[in-house]
Amino acid sequence: MTLTCLRALLSHWRRNPVQLFAFLAGLALATALWSGVQAINAEARASYDAAASTLGEGQYDLLLPRQGDRIAQEVYVALRRSGWLVSPVIDGRLGDVRLVGIDPVTSPGGIAGSMSNEGQPALVFGQANRLIANAQTAGRLGDLAEVTINADIAPGVAIGDIGVVQNLLGRDDLTRLMVLPDQPGLQPDLGEVAPQLRLQLSDQMADVAQLTDSFHLNLTAFGLLSFAVGLFIVHSTIGLAFEQRRGMIRTLRSLGVPLRRIVVLITIEMLTLALIGAGLGIVLGYLIAALLLPDVAATLRGLYGAQISGTLELRPVWWASGLALALLGTAAALSSRIWQIARMPLLASVRPRAWVMATSSRFRLQTIAALALLGMAGVLALVGEGLVVGFALLGCLLIGAALTLPAVAERVLTFFQDRSTTPRWSWFWADTRQQLPGLSLAMMALLLAVSANIGVSTMVSSFRLTFVGFLDQRLAPELFIQVENAEESARLEAYLLQSTTDLLPLLSTQTEIAGQPARLFGARVGPTYRENWVFLDAVPKAWDVVEGGRGAVVNEQLARRADLWIGDNIQITSDLTLPIAAVVGDYGNPQGQVILSEALFGNLHPDLYPTRFGVRTEDPAQLRQDIVAALDIPDSAITNQAAIKALSLEIFERTFTVTSALNVLTLGVAGFAILMSLLTLADLRLPQLAPVWALGLTRRSLGQLELLRAVILAALVFVCAIPLGLALAWVLLTIVNVEAFGWQLPMFLFPAEYIQLGLYALLAAFLAASWPALRLMRTPPSALLKVFANER
Amino acid sequence: MNAKVLAVLLLLPVAAVAQGFSGLGSDAEGFATPQPDPIFTFPTDHGAHPDYRIEWWYLTANLEAADGTPYGLQWTLFRSALAPGEKTGWQSPQIWFAHAAITTPDRHFATERFARGGIGQAGVVADPFRAWIDEWVLQGPDFDTLRLAANGPDFGYDMALDAQGPLIFQGENGFSLKSAEGQASYYYSQPFFQIEGTLRLPTGDVAVTGEAWLDREWSSQPLSETQSGWDWFSLSFDDGTKMMGFQLRQSDGSLYTSSTWIAADGTTTPYPDGAFAAAPLAVSDVAGREVPTEWRVRLPDRGVDVTVKALNSQAWMGLTIPYWEGPIATSGSHTGRGYLEMTGYE
Repeated sequence: MTLTCLRALLSHWRRNPVQLFAFLAGLALATALWSGVQAINAEARASYDAAASTLGEGQYDLLLPRQGDRIAQEVYVALRRSGWLVSPVIDGRLGDVRLVGIDPVTSPGGIAGSMSNEGQPALVFGQANRLIANAQTAGRLGDLAEVTINADIAPGVAIGDIGVVQNLLGRDDLTRLMVLPDQPGLQPDLGEVAPQLRLQLSDQMADVAQLTDSFHLNLTAFGLLSFAVGLFIVHSTIGLAFEQRRGMIRTLRSLGVPLRRIVVLITIEMLTLALIGAGLGIVLGYLIAALLLPDVAATLRGLYGAQISGTLELRPVWWASGLALALLGTAAALSSRIWQIARMPLLASVRPRAWVMATSSRFRLQTIAALALLGMAGVLALVGEGLVVGFALLGCLLIGAALTLPAVAERVLTFFQDRSTTPRWSWFWADTRQQLPGLSLAMMALLLAVSANIGVSTMVSSFRLTFVGFLDQRLAPELFIQVENAEESARLEAYLLQSTTDLLPLLSTQTEIAGQPARLFGARVGPTYRENWVFLDAVPKAWDVVEGGRGAVVNEQLARRADLWIGDNIQITSDLTLPIAAVVGDYGNPQGQVILSEALFGNLHPDLYPTRFGVRTEDPAQLRQDIVAALDIPDSAITNQAAIKALSLEIFERTFTVTSALNVLTLGVAGFAILMSLLTLADLRLPQLAPVWALGLTRRSLGQLELLRAVILAALVFVCAIPLGLALAWVLLTIVNVEAFGWQLPMFLFPAEYIQLGLYALLAAFLAASWPALRLMRTPPSALLKVFANER
Repeated sequence: MNAKVLAVLLLLPVAAVAQGFSGLGSDAEGFATPQPDPIFTFPTDHGAHPDYRIEWWYLTANLEAADGTPYGLQWTLFRSALAPGEKTGWQSPQIWFAHAAITTPDRHFATERFARGGIGQAGVVADPFRAWIDEWVLQGPDFDTLRLAANGPDFGYDMALDAQGPLIFQGENGFSLKSAEGQASYYYSQPFFQIEGTLRLPTGDVAVTGEAWLDREWSSQPLSETQSGWDWFSLSFDDGTKMMGFQLRQSDGSLYTSSTWIAADGTTTPYPDGAFAAAPLAVSDVAGREVPTEWRVRLPDRGVDVTVKALNSQAWMGLTIPYWEGPIATSGSHTGRGYLEMTGYE
């Protein structure tokens, strides 16, 4: 009996392959987007973890040079012999591979860790050119070194003994010293032994993972949204399949199949289908992630210097979460249907379309919930703090707005219906209203997709616009020159002053201001600063104030974190406090910055010399040649602004690629939702259309009206999506961004882009509706006539 | 991958050597091996012998504070070579490590240091004598007058050493056999140091005086594969005589023993396998292991039959290479003080 029963149930799908397809495809798409985004996140996280643990980054305090980026090896030995337990690290680039050399004997957990292991391939120090790297990096190293493959090494990094890496880099110095835990009790001050070094505490170091968290949260939000859209599809398909099978279930029960068995069989059937759909989705998600990962990797590397592997691994965290969400979503949709079956009186008349005929009470309930969510969003916007609240606010806003949509649409349609005079249009509006409940899920999906697109592209485009302006300001000098030592610095300055008047020597040192790590700069205030720098807020003649040593410029991050603004005093050293003359936007930089006049900086740090020079020149190429020829400064020490700008912009283009790819995908999923809703409704609507046809409307005009309806509803959704999208962008820019990065972005509007998006949405709706409309136009008149003959 | 595992990959050969501390690597390939009838040249031989695999400068001291509280002190510098010979810079195959400890009647402090050879972080030069690793030193104008210092997170010491007697040579004129198969080391000692200085303890500084014993030993294959550990005794009796004795425990349960009797004037009598005997009388639970901390030690030829008891049974060196090392007191036929080292109690 079980087999017969199952065969009867499955025959539904054989007769309605489109529904089967909708169910599987909806679930697959939802799972694909979710697991794809999760895969990217998991890959990135694993890469950060590998970086942190292989290099011990962020775990130990560091000794770093006050000036430049090199430490003489004698300084290391002197520190050790004075009782400072430090371990040396050399860090450099060989081609596009980052080489890190450590001393396994003194490194944290060094020999001690090696005691418990035996029989692994050994890497002998002192042995020529032996490195450890993952397979990808090993490939890039080629013949330069003998590489032991280890998949756990962070991507793009090769690790070796300090002697080997020094040889490969052609250096005899060190980059930083790790301060080991358990320092001896007696120890001279650092300043006595190595005045050229400074101590950087591990908790001051900007944690890469923390910085990139916000990027990943954005991606996760995107993934969750797509999943929600996909679940709308699944929910409506399951609803429809059950509605259509009511008759069959009634028959089966009349024939004596126990209710329990039917429920069990249906549950097994649906969960099996869900597994298949989710499985397809995971494969699809893998493909999406593999396509997008290189771009994401490039973005993260550019923005935060975080190394992400460009290749994807099958990690349980993302495929398992995708599978679990798909099954849970299906189970949720299924449970209410099963409950209905269980309560269905055995011989109750079959009420087709009962499921879509929303009662007014359901509408009211939905609207109340929507208002509650929107209210909550308002409260969160006013009083909330923190990144999580920012995202909660986004969630409330989106879901609240989506739930309001059917009520709004109902009002709008009623408005039109009341104003139409011909019976044809009265019928059209009434019929559209009547279809609302069935279409509302698809419309909500479209609303979410379009408004998310508007919100995210507003944010990204605003970011780009602001950032390009910022680059213009910061990279105004045509050339930047890096020098190695004080003598070179003085020589270069003397040389450049002969040929240019607007020379920008940059003095900088790492320090702690207002309790946070910050970079202190000394700037020679000149026309370049006065003309190019745009402040967020400033006192009048801010640069004059700074030049006179009566004020400082701070970046927005520092100002916000320290809760200071212009006019407030900021303590720069124990005996120097200055009023803030201006606050400047500083994008993509996690650290605080304070800019003083060159003279004031010189008073504070008389031993520091400018290590970087910005030069204004008409002919960068010529000046570059001259400097290399006259001063013996290597060409590699000179960068030109255009190159830096191009690099930065490329990074942003990558971000957009990722964003727009996700935009297209969500819109696609939403379009698919519309198609499926319309297709599933089409057959059921035949009894409603037949009388209209009998009254004289041709099949052709019925089809055209169907298309028109889809486009009108899409337009309605789009109109609603604009304010929602802008609200979303506002939350992203002014709340989430400030929480995540410490700076606020000005919001720009891009009407042309929105219109384009609107057209895409209309197109998606039109395409989705055209197949059902075409089918309607081709419905044989006999089928329409049968409606009257078969009327139940 | 964590930093530890990485270090394993980078360091494995060292691990093999280090692991052999209690069963020091039995393969001497490429390294020089000790030969009988050695001729030592001083001060050169106080310095390092990079052609041999392993070498140490091993100092232990029995101390007493003004209030009569006994203390023990250890300072050891080890050299372990991955390959024979020395090179400059990070290419050097020499690895240095050092242990320092203070034992009080109820506490035991121990710490260790590591360094690569070739860069100046650690080393030993013979004349004027200087042995150092990081800020730890054993140095002086000559081998008889030395300053000793070490420093750990919660303890440290700074001591002055003054030799009151000659160097003495263990085994056959400094050629010390370690097994019936002929494994051997070069081994001499300076057991006549007077020592005084200050111990830095968490409870404060303590001025102490006492006697110290410095061992110099180098080899390339001191133990055979079948030996699992050793028990080593240095005893200074109240009548001015001293003795050194050790037994190597072999995996079949048999023992290989050796000892040297040192008269008050420094004349020595070596004893071959079997003359010296040490048997555990009581074991203590130390760091989760059973370690004998009370022994019956006999050298019948000299009428020695003493009970050796640890000052503090918990003198466990819980370092990268773990072992037991601490001050002892003797009673029975001879009363006195000394040091006990036990390895291989895993």
